[in-house]
Amino acid sequence: MTTMQLTRSDRNPQTAFYDKTLPAGIGWMHDLKKGQAFRIVDLSGNQAADTLLYDTKNPNDHYSAARTITEQKNLYLTTGSMLMAESGKPLVKLTADTVGRHDTLGGACSSQSNTVRYAHERAAMHNCRDTFMLELAKRGEGYAKRDLAPNINFFMNVPVTSEGGLSFADGISSPGAYVEMVAETDTTVLISNCPQLNNPCSGFNPTPIRLLIWNK
Amino acid sequence: MKWRHTLQAGGKWSGTIRKGSLIKLTTNGSGGNLAFMLFHATQKEERYSMPDTLKAQNTSKLTKGNVLMSDNGRVMASIVEDTVGWHDPVSSYITRKQTDKKYGETSFQEHSNEWHRSGEENFAIELIRQGLELRDMGPVVNVFSKVDYQTTGAMAFSTNHSKEGDYIVLRTEMDLLLLCSNTPHPLNPSKIYPSKFIHIEVSDAPPVAKNDRCVNHCEENKRAFENTWMFELLTEKSENLVLK
Repeated sequence: MTTMQLTRSDRNPQTAFYDKTLPAGIGWMHDLKKGQAFRIVDLSGNQAADTLLYDTKNPNDHYSAARTITEQKNLYLTTGSMLMAESGKPLVKLTADTVGRHDTLGGACSSQSNTVRYAHERAAMHNCRDTFMLELAKRGEGYAKRDLAPNINFFMNVPVTSEGGLSFADGISSPGAYVEMVAETDTTVLISNCPQLNNPCSGFNPTPIRLLIWNK
Repeated sequence: MKWRHTLQAGGKWSGTIRKGSLIKLTTNGSGGNLAFMLFHATQKEERYSMPDTLKAQNTSKLTKGNVLMSDNGRVMASIVEDTVGWHDPVSSYITRKQTDKKYGETSFQEHSNEWHRSGEENFAIELIRQGLELRDMGPVVNVFSKVDYQTTGAMAFSTNHSKEGDYIVLRTEMDLLLLCSNTPHPLNPSKIYPSKFIHIEVSDAPPVAKNDRCVNHCEENKRAFENTWMFELLTEKSENLVLK
């Protein structure tokens, strides 16, 4: 798998049967049917769409960052990347990407991790894992905190160094940039459109994303 | 030392280790790899978080001074000694499919106990044995292994990384459920199933001192320790606390 595969999609937003703008800080949980195409658009640039995937028919089988990157022998996601469940089952394949790199290691902010990373006083601030858990609670069906595996951060740039460093670098996404994926199986998508105001990755200005789904 | 166990190649182990213990893991040679998962011993909703651990310490490797953080912003274990310098927290455990593909299919029927175990099955067994489920399968730490990264994100296994006698010592900062699998690193290109054994030795840890290297590694570690100590106030008598 080579990196930075900048690939545009032929799909026209006007032919999408689902078109939703998701404000910053809001969660979204939605089922994709096998074969459907799903696009996340970074409307204003350098937003982070924290995303988790589940096998809809077996929600106990969550997206696995470690299996995905180990199988493809690459830390980042781009066109051609197959996103896999913990069981090894392919969930979605990235078919278009105008950013070139998406983070697999950074995970989602939480009230607790914000106290560690920033200050104890930040516990009360809005965060992604609370948004994830609220969506799981609304969905029911036995989803629980234990189903929150390490997630994908679409549009985020988290480079590692050969010395073992890891940093949150300036984003390489831009207004209108997008990532598109096709469901390899019935896949449930859980998104928290990153709302927190501690991380400079989106210029302390969280912005909306647009979500589009096509049947083919 | 109060307890010692040797994991043969392909071996697995899981159990609860009390807070304030030292866990010394020693390999008998290059190519040895111990994959482990961590959960809070009694509140298993709290577990090791790979992303929280890495981003709080701005690292993609683990070595002396680093801590392993839970998904509740607390320190589970500290790395207080390390002769290797780089342990891999990013790669997964080896699966049955990968094991068969790389080393050839084996079976108990044909090979008896010499058949090749996979990390996937070892962890599945130990998770179930501990009252957990396959949905609890998640990131592991691959001790004694290093993966080199290129700027493109490409990953390559670093061969001959650890040598005989290399060890790492973890200090437990809470009661931990540890699940281990002595199975090959999934990116190890060797076609020969490694035969290295791993010693696990558990002893009592001295109290955490105020100048402790792991506590003071970075401000993030300090706050994670403070979270851990604050939480203990709810469940322990305050005179038992390590730091007041």
